[in-house]
Amino acid sequence: MTSPATISSKLDFRTRGFDFASFAFTGVTGLATLFILLLLGIILANVVWHGWETFSWRFLTGGADQDMFDVRKAGVLPMVIGTALRVLLMTLVVLPVGVITAVYLTEYANSTALTTRIIRGAVNNLAGVPSIVFGLFGLGFFISFIGRGLDAGAAEPLWGKPAILWASLTLAVMTLPLVIVATEESLRAITPGLREASLALGATKLETILKIVLPEALPGILTGGILAVGRAGGEVAPILFTGAAYYMRDLPKAPTDQFMDLGYHVFILSTQSPDIEKTRPILFATVLALLLLTMSLNLVAILVRARVRRKMRAGH
Amino acid sequence: MSEPRDTTKRTVGWMGIHRGHRARPAEWLAEQGIFFVSLTAILMVFLIFVFVAREALPIVLGRMDSAAHRPALPDEQVALLTPDGLRDYLGLTAKEFAGLDKEAIQSLIEVRKEEAKEAPKSPDAKINGAAWRYLLGPHPWSDSATGDRYVWQPVGAIHKYNLVPLFIGTLKTTAVALLFAVPVALAAAIYVSQLARPTLREWLKPAVELLAGVPSVVLGFFGLMVMASFLQRGFGYESRLNAFVAGIALGLAVIPVVFSIAEDALTSVPRAYSQAALARGASKWQAAWQIVLPAAAPGVFAAVVLGFGRAIGETMVVLMASGNASIVSWSLFDSTRSITATIAAELAEAVFGGHHYRILFLIGALLFVATFLTNLAGDLIMHRLKDRLEGKR
Repeated sequence: MTSPATISSKLDFRTRGFDFASFAFTGVTGLATLFILLLLGIILANVVWHGWETFSWRFLTGGADQDMFDVRKAGVLPMVIGTALRVLLMTLVVLPVGVITAVYLTEYANSTALTTRIIRGAVNNLAGVPSIVFGLFGLGFFISFIGRGLDAGAAEPLWGKPAILWASLTLAVMTLPLVIVATEESLRAITPGLREASLALGATKLETILKIVLPEALPGILTGGILAVGRAGGEVAPILFTGAAYYMRDLPKAPTDQFMDLGYHVFILSTQSPDIEKTRPILFATVLALLLLTMSLNLVAILVRARVRRKMRAGH
Repeated sequence: MSEPRDTTKRTVGWMGIHRGHRARPAEWLAEQGIFFVSLTAILMVFLIFVFVAREALPIVLGRMDSAAHRPALPDEQVALLTPDGLRDYLGLTAKEFAGLDKEAIQSLIEVRKEEAKEAPKSPDAKINGAAWRYLLGPHPWSDSATGDRYVWQPVGAIHKYNLVPLFIGTLKTTAVALLFAVPVALAAAIYVSQLARPTLREWLKPAVELLAGVPSVVLGFFGLMVMASFLQRGFGYESRLNAFVAGIALGLAVIPVVFSIAEDALTSVPRAYSQAALARGASKWQAAWQIVLPAAAPGVFAAVVLGFGRAIGETMVVLMASGNASIVSWSLFDSTRSITATIAAELAEAVFGGHHYRILFLIGALLFVATFLTNLAGDLIMHRLKDRLEGKR
């Protein structure tokens, strides 16, 4: 007679003594995870270690009117402002379009309809387009086509040249999928009961979306916005030909002005410096500034998203 | 959500609340507006293709001539040309041609003669490097010191636009990146999704995904300033920046992509699968390796495909860490030049609308098509996986 207890103990791997395969498998995969975290840690630590000395309040608020390759005088204020401005402009465009698309996909669209599938396919594809291709697109569409079209007949090109406006629009196209996906996720996290309750009280569908669904989804929408800002803040390839300037005396004042950019400046300092050893401290400090900007945004986005996901699990 | 979907014709979306445009005109208008805005994504993909391909079109159709030496016709033959023939001879667009008076045209003809006199005399000067035959095929250039038959050399007296060195460069860096990133990322995905304790998992996933937040220009900087010297000391190769360094740095950009998609795919396998295996006495790793991984195989494959798409499209890392010499060589330790880096480095200097400019758009269009196809494939595979796990197939 074998009792159920003995059967289960026979099938339980823990009773077989030391299981080498299990140990090895867990060890190898665990080490791989550790290795990734280690690489991330090394990158961050290296930048902080070498950049900390030069990174100061004066560095952050210093202008570009001084020599940008001089360790004692160089500052990143124009680049920080340029990056902030282009990201702000981008957000103004991408947030409404992205949120409305997500609202359509979750609240209105019939998920099996062909249009819906094509929209989803387009969003996924947009997310995979190489950043340099966005740069080409910005040049070919915004600058050559729209810009030169607006300039038609003018003696001096005003719109048909690289500008902060075109860089921001290019980045808006690039970050559109991020905003859509994050907003969609938070819209789906809202229990249908909330919508049903609103409708049962006599609200129309539009009222329900505007007054119940969207406020409830705000954290997720913010996550999308923050992710987009974090991603766009560090991107260089799309702005290479659409607006970033090697050097500018003044800050951008009009949407048609070019701008200096933090990420582009990292590229300049690492590849076009007259004396790489001398400018190394500026380079590391600039990278530190860029990383502080993008990583803090990413961290916030991750924390907000974790909250949204917990809520979703609790709600369902 | 498990509510049955109302599929009658007049209802759209959730819960079938839709009263048509007569009952609620404002609602109807809003819905139409929302629908049109949501078409932006489709429009953008379309516009990207059209406007990148548009600039490349003259090259595709073989209408550009990059030859440094174009023989000038004697005056009596020029006089015999039709207006269209004259326009072609001077290389003008219809609009430009229409805006010129006789005197201007005469002076352009003179300029053309001068050019022909001063053009380089080498036998290669008459070759149109922008023709397909020279874009892809070999040519024994007479001034090539190394005897290379595949040459990308857009500046200089004679323009050579062979794309093969660039394809090889992209292939090499992508291969290194995938060989490095895929095993690491997949192992980590298995660990995080299947083996780690839930509390640990909550921390590990976002921590690994934080790597995706490091801008690619920073990864490029890291490859160039830190890893290049470190790896050179370790492996003792000659050229400091090469396909290997760039590939490893590129791997850092690929890891988060492969990790998150594979992790999602593994997590989406119903718990019942692994629980059944565990109940039958499998150990945790056996359940993960023999049950969950095969069930999620399409998703894992999609992760690799999308990682590939990311690797061939990444620009700044390769631009900064690969050395950018367009040599045809299969050695990983030679300096190399990829498609993306070429566009980034050269477009600013290319003459607007010239052959160099258009060829850079052409390789951009090729890149777009390549990533479009990989994304489409990855997408379809993920769809299949979802259907399969939901028991629809």
